Amino acid sequence: MSQTLANPLAARDHARAMGGTQVDTMPIIPPVASDLPEDVSADDLLWEETIAPGGYATRRLSRGARLRLIDLKGDACASLMLFNAEMPTERLNVADTVKIQWNAYLEAGKLLLSDMGRVLMSILEDDSETHDTFCGTSNEAINTRKYGEGRNSGAFPNGRDRLLLGAAKHGLGRRDVHPCINLFKGTRIEADGTITPLIGPFDAGRSVTLRAEMDVIVVIANCPHVLDPREAWSVSPLRVSAWRGAVTPTQDPIRNATPEGLRAFQNVEDYYRR
Amino acid sequence: MSADPHLSGLTGALIHDEVVPARASWLHTVAAGQTLRIVDLEGNQAVDFMIYAAADDAERYSAQDTVSAQGNLFLRSGSVLLSNEGNPMMTITGTSVEYHDTIGGACSCESNTLRYGHHTKSQHACVENFLEANLAQGRGKRDIVSNINFFMNVPVEADGALGIIDGISAPGLLVDLRAEMDVIVAVSNCPQINNPCNAFNPTPVRMIVAA
Repeated sequence: MSQTLANPLAARDHARAMGGTQVDTMPIIPPVASDLPEDVSADDLLWEETIAPGGYATRRLSRGARLRLIDLKGDACASLMLFNAEMPTERLNVADTVKIQWNAYLEAGKLLLSDMGRVLMSILEDDSETHDTFCGTSNEAINTRKYGEGRNSGAFPNGRDRLLLGAAKHGLGRRDVHPCINLFKGTRIEADGTITPLIGPFDAGRSVTLRAEMDVIVVIANCPHVLDPREAWSVSPLRVSAWRGAVTPTQDPIRNATPEGLRAFQNVEDYYRR
Repeated sequence: MSADPHLSGLTGALIHDEVVPARASWLHTVAAGQTLRIVDLEGNQAVDFMIYAAADDAERYSAQDTVSAQGNLFLRSGSVLLSNEGNPMMTITGTSVEYHDTIGGACSCESNTLRYGHHTKSQHACVENFLEANLAQGRGKRDIVSNINFFMNVPVEADGALGIIDGISAPGLLVDLRAEMDVIVAVSNCPQINNPCNAFNPTPVRMIVAA
């Protein structure tokens, strides 16, 4: 090691010797996946990455792309932000998402709506149905209180700061970390407004597949749910895959499921009429 | 002593007293320790409400942090309104309405096209008011996040169904907020006429700041 410290060429050799190392949580570049749906060509795979506990990932996806999230070990929490990639002042609006669909609980067929009356992504498949539109994510103060510390540089990173770093990779900042949704960790609301968190852990391998209805920037943080009651900071790896797909056709059943949703798709189609 | 019932219980000196017309925006600074009282003058008037830290307006009200911390969706007397960075911004020190909403967000021209149809696109909306108020101080669209709707009622049913239903407010009911830091308050006196949040008839509200 002293040679490595003293000599640039030794340092180079040391660095190069690390190439090709495989770990459980990393991006696979170029992407490879053995479990794509039968009708998806390997050539259309865009993104294959496993996000570490406490980690984050972000990517721009084109209209029509599919995004599949898999809770590999049953204890992931995918806090999700979405932006219109070409105009990021347009972003996921959680209030409009629940209000316009007259329902707070996310499941297959539901839309993730922007603040401009458009649908950013739709939920194609979902075998978990424990999701959360209300609670947002942790911040440094919360993690410091619960776990002793919550810094990006520490052992118990908080969701807000992970989302902030992800947003920053696209030139965005503190004003852009908007209310998020949480996938895999859920909430149910009692009649008096009480929030009951559904934290699991759940069966391994549950998945959600989304479809980009616009060109979007996706930012995902994988930190414990803000209402996780466990004393220990607990979260497991989150696998992300994305592949190319067709833009939603006019006869699509999700597009036509409700009058409000249809108008959200029509507003998207109008936006891309250029 | 004033016989004005809307001033009842306010002990400090009156700093500001203004009637915000129906459909209008309002922007005002409230210093730490001061109380802002909102009076629903004619009843069932939604008051869309955002808070920014005066010292750093990238810190702002966070509905999600607020409901998570109290474990409940409804804002009641005692609710502490938290920022996106976890700091108390204001506290609801009293209200004559059982609870207030913070999940329904603000109406916009764009969301109106989804909820009611494209014929409503040209109608005035809360996001227009929030933009107008915020643009005066250099904030913009990125600064508009999930807000509070005082005097608005959005229950959530067991299956997740929710909607804005008839208000639980009445003429002269009020809410008092104590500022926990120096804050900028942006208000849209909601102009919505397509749902029951304003009893289909937007009306004025009174904003009182007391020391």
